[in-house]
Amino acid sequence: MATQQTRTLGRFAVAPSVLSLFLWMIVPLAMTIYFSFLRYNLLDPNYACSLMHPDQLLDGANRCLAGFSNYSYFLTDPAFFRAMGNSLKLVGWVLGISVVFGTLLALLLDQPFFGQGIVRLMMIAPFLVMPTVSALVWKNMMLNPVSGMIAYLFKSVGLQPIDWFAHAPLTAVVIMVSWQWVPFATLILLTSLQSLDGEQKEAAEMDGTPPLSYFWYIVLPHLIRPMTVVILIETIFLLNVFAEIYVTGTAGTAGNLPFLVYQYGLIANDIGGASAGGIIAVILANIVAFFLMRMIGKNLDA
Amino acid sequence: MGTISLKKVHKAFGATVIIPSADLDIKNGEFVVFVGPSGCGKSTLLRMIAGLEDLTSGQIFIDGKDVSETPPAKRGLSMVFQSYALYPHMSVRSNIGFGLKMAGESKEMIDGKVAKAAATLNLTDYLDRKPGQLSGGQRQRVAIGRAIVRQPEGFLFDEPLSNLDAALRVNMRIFIMQLHQDLGTTMIYVTHDQVEAMTMADRIVVLNRGNIEQVGSPLELYNHPNSVFVAGFIGSPKMNFVENNTIGIRPEHILLSDKKGDWEGTIKLSEHLGSDTFLHVDAGSRGTLTVRASGENALKPGSKVWMTPEPARIHRFDKDGKAIRK
Repeated sequence: MATQQTRTLGRFAVAPSVLSLFLWMIVPLAMTIYFSFLRYNLLDPNYACSLMHPDQLLDGANRCLAGFSNYSYFLTDPAFFRAMGNSLKLVGWVLGISVVFGTLLALLLDQPFFGQGIVRLMMIAPFLVMPTVSALVWKNMMLNPVSGMIAYLFKSVGLQPIDWFAHAPLTAVVIMVSWQWVPFATLILLTSLQSLDGEQKEAAEMDGTPPLSYFWYIVLPHLIRPMTVVILIETIFLLNVFAEIYVTGTAGTAGNLPFLVYQYGLIANDIGGASAGGIIAVILANIVAFFLMRMIGKNLDA
Repeated sequence: MGTISLKKVHKAFGATVIIPSADLDIKNGEFVVFVGPSGCGKSTLLRMIAGLEDLTSGQIFIDGKDVSETPPAKRGLSMVFQSYALYPHMSVRSNIGFGLKMAGESKEMIDGKVAKAAATLNLTDYLDRKPGQLSGGQRQRVAIGRAIVRQPEGFLFDEPLSNLDAALRVNMRIFIMQLHQDLGTTMIYVTHDQVEAMTMADRIVVLNRGNIEQVGSPLELYNHPNSVFVAGFIGSPKMNFVENNTIGIRPEHILLSDKKGDWEGTIKLSEHLGSDTFLHVDAGSRGTLTVRASGENALKPGSKVWMTPEPARIHRFDKDGKAIRK
């Protein structure tokens, strides 16, 4: 039992780490919010600021207050809607693919067969590859329309190879990202399958349950919980996909929200606009997280 | 009808023989208990009858039909599992009705049968709950409900009471016996607890290392055990064995005296149960013997006693542990 003294001591002991964590999170966020209300461009020495609003100049860097104009500019940029659409499509497709294929693969890997251990290990490997590396491999070895593996397969059955990055860039990104995230879903779902009670399976057998009904009534309800965990974790990471788009140069058509923020900040050097975009992305992510948490909370109750 | 026959049933996992060869005939309506120490093959035998385990060789007949290759659901048997194996995400109602649903019965039929089973088992108030919201005894009853609702030819119980506390176990034991009387259906019950076997069974099948050691009514096994193994397994406390296991005498068949008798010994421990007292007596070269005395007696640890076995109750065994019949 903690006494009053040990509790006080405990608070003092954890205070430094809590404080540094808090600062770690709050300082960048506060600065981003601050910048998002500034007219602040690295290339343009704020000509506009000094000419138009000399009385509003903040400091030597020629920054001036911009009100909500960064937000309104970002939100009305046609690129924003395309980026947002791409973000949602990317998350939606990869989630769907990884849950469906993850479940099927987990069911397959749950069967006893020779070399099960090594196959499971190899199955997990794509998840451990760095996104940049995976994107390079996919770009040059798999999806390349001339020398790629997929093109070779297409040609071997007499089909016209597809120039993925020119004609179906978002599909190409979805394929690459799915390749990385299906193993993660498989791993989580397989672990869950292995915890399914053997006697339950036998009880279902005594009840004369056909395989499909067994999957639908016994296995699937058992997998709902790990599936929601997969969805939550993957959503967080999939909203942040960047390397695949950057490496394959598909930003023009497949660029998502993080990429748009990158374009504002590091290509156009518009720190104010990028900050506003970042804040908008944070708000959107929080809305998604809110609904996901509610969904998961409901599932964890049962 | 629910007769079950095993003919030369043999089970091996690779080179490991679990059941060398088992023959058994179970009559319709009989309550048969498989009993034996853990690892004796009693659960494997039950699971083979259920169809959850394949036979390596031999045949199983239910109602005279060879079901050795028949899938579990088509054998007309229901099983109650040790862990209950309820479907955790389904309500009690769906759990009980699941087998009927899989058999393709209409919703009204299922509802009617589930309601009837629930009424028998006092589960009517719990039909909409999930298994996780029930106590151990209630879950046990749901598992039984799932078994009876299919109106099987026979019930298989795999150590169903081992997860319950002692008081509940006694209640459920009586409940299952009552159920057997009401339904009159064949039941096979697996347990390692010889008290359950003695109290519930019409006939007990004692298994030892995969072999059927003896089959008989509880009193037959108690009075005329075939072997040292059965003699030691049936009866509580355990039978005393002296003279290199060639003579056995039960604790309740030894007369005590503080003056004279055949064997002399010193009391080491006494266990008071109220109705009886079990004395652990150090009888020198004969080892430690257990003796039943009346509930209230003045014998204290350390005091000398003389013991005389009732001559008619002495069991004699040969060197191989087989009983010598008088």
